[in-house]
Amino acid sequence: MDQKESVRDITPWDGTLSSSDFFSAACAFSEKWKRFNAFVPPWLWVPSRKHHLLSSHKEEGYLSLEGMCLIKSSEEQESCRSQTWKEESSISQEEEAVDNATLVQSSCDEVNHYDFHIVYSPSYRVPVLYFRSYHSDGQPLPFGEIEKDLPDHSAKIRSESKWTFITQEEHPYLNRPWYKLHPCGTSEWMKLLFHGDTALNKNGFVIEHYLVSWFSVIGQVVGLKIPLGMLETLSC
Amino acid sequence: MSGAATVSSSEAHKLVWEGSVPLLIHLHDSEVTTLPPPPPALVLAPRLGYLPLLISQLKPYFSTTLPPGVDTLWFEYRGLPLKWYIPTGVLFDLLCVEPERPWNLTVHFRGYPSNLLLPCEGEDSVKWSFINSLKEAAYVTKGNCKNVMNMSQSDQVELWRSVLNGNLESYQRVSSKLKLGTFEDEYTENISAVSTASQQNSGEADAAAQVKSGEQKLYVNNRIPVRLYVWTVTEDFDDLESAPQIDNWDKISYINRPVEIQKEDGKYFSLNDAIKSLLPEYFPGSSFDNLGDASTKQSVGDEGENTCDPDSSSLPLENAEIKLVRIQGIEPCLEIPFSWVVNNLMNPEYFLHICVCLKVSEANALQ
Repeated sequence: MDQKESVRDITPWDGTLSSSDFFSAACAFSEKWKRFNAFVPPWLWVPSRKHHLLSSHKEEGYLSLEGMCLIKSSEEQESCRSQTWKEESSISQEEEAVDNATLVQSSCDEVNHYDFHIVYSPSYRVPVLYFRSYHSDGQPLPFGEIEKDLPDHSAKIRSESKWTFITQEEHPYLNRPWYKLHPCGTSEWMKLLFHGDTALNKNGFVIEHYLVSWFSVIGQVVGLKIPLGMLETLSC
Repeated sequence: MSGAATVSSSEAHKLVWEGSVPLLIHLHDSEVTTLPPPPPALVLAPRLGYLPLLISQLKPYFSTTLPPGVDTLWFEYRGLPLKWYIPTGVLFDLLCVEPERPWNLTVHFRGYPSNLLLPCEGEDSVKWSFINSLKEAAYVTKGNCKNVMNMSQSDQVELWRSVLNGNLESYQRVSSKLKLGTFEDEYTENISAVSTASQQNSGEADAAAQVKSGEQKLYVNNRIPVRLYVWTVTEDFDDLESAPQIDNWDKISYINRPVEIQKEDGKYFSLNDAIKSLLPEYFPGSSFDNLGDASTKQSVGDEGENTCDPDSSSLPLENAEIKLVRIQGIEPCLEIPFSWVVNNLMNPEYFLHICVCLKVSEANALQ
């Protein structure tokens, strides 16, 4: 087992983690993401603004994945609707390479931009996913449009689980309204996830795996997939 | 505040619940369609309440002059749009450093700045925000929000109504069922002992008796829900009038983090300790450090811009100074036991809101 990983007793783990644990887990998560996701932008650690000169607490901040573009085909039928994520910069490169004939077609496609932040909640002691969406001109998307962007199974997850719902709240650091997945049930399902997965718990609870496990569930609600390779690292 | 020990809990709660801020509310010029323009409305707003709840009082003043359209109520103070989910008293303590009585605000019924402010659809939005905060407070103190989720419909309605109407008795009747408890420590015992003499309620006498053993009761994990609003100055100001104006929410650091009570023998946990524990970056030497498990600090690789490497501080330690602390409109003595402050000055959603002004060096000021 990797010397760097810290192990905790399994019981009685309540599904939560401390602020400094979150920092460790965030570093591990972003490093693995980079390793397994060659064509997608990395998650960057953003130190919280007020601490930029006080290095002893550089650990306070959040993970950021910005400039994700959701490309939807102009197909009317839901079954044909595909959801592809691309990086903002790769889209502009593609457009340059396309000739006039296909440009006309692609102008029917909408591109919605998404920014995702993973922020630690000291009250709930769990990570929280915040996101916002806007058109290419910067205009924010109304929630009705965001719902159309979310994968079909997202609505199912959200309606079935009393723990997973989207609310609009102010971003803890940025003084702007963002959407978030409410954290009140997170510790419960993280606990269940951990106890129910022999691969996860055979080595005891390992902090560095927290965000990978967490994201494997949360990502589904917003349609961000976690590569299989990343999930497999949980069992080593 | 040397009188604190002689003010009983029930008196303190009454004073807090009766606290209000006189507002002089002007309709924004752009929404005045009649001549002469309507005079401003003078309204007494409860400290524990929220600005959007004033709509029923305000609308009659301005309805005849408003341009056609749907009402989307919002307020501003000297150009700063006000966050409606912050209790009125906290907004006043924070933004009106030299208290203005009445407090001059501008109201808008049109043109909601939705890029800046969360949407507010009237009383329902405010109620949702309140219950959400209550759940968060319950989670902080008990580790789950079951007690709030399991409230009966009629209890929920009564709880909200009691906040709407400022009815303390009704509020206490319902909120006691939540068993969110009070923070007791051996110093609360001395204060309660004074107050129990005048208490009719035998329940409080029992609580004081239980506390005599010095145990901390009813708060799981010793976590207290606190919301800290911090603004910084780089120079001393002699009087409040010369304090800088807060014209931007980016100048306020909002810290929504529970205070973790740490007990040290022979020392009680004061308000000063509590505030400093929430600001370890400004008070690193503080004996009550709040930032979690030190043993797991480790550098995990160096990723360039993805810097996850918390090198130890080689910069000189910040010498910050607490210039001003305001809670429920008062500036308490910082050596008061934190337990007294929490039990008596918290808001109905069980959060203690503290406004703090810090004096820091130029480099560490919030820009």
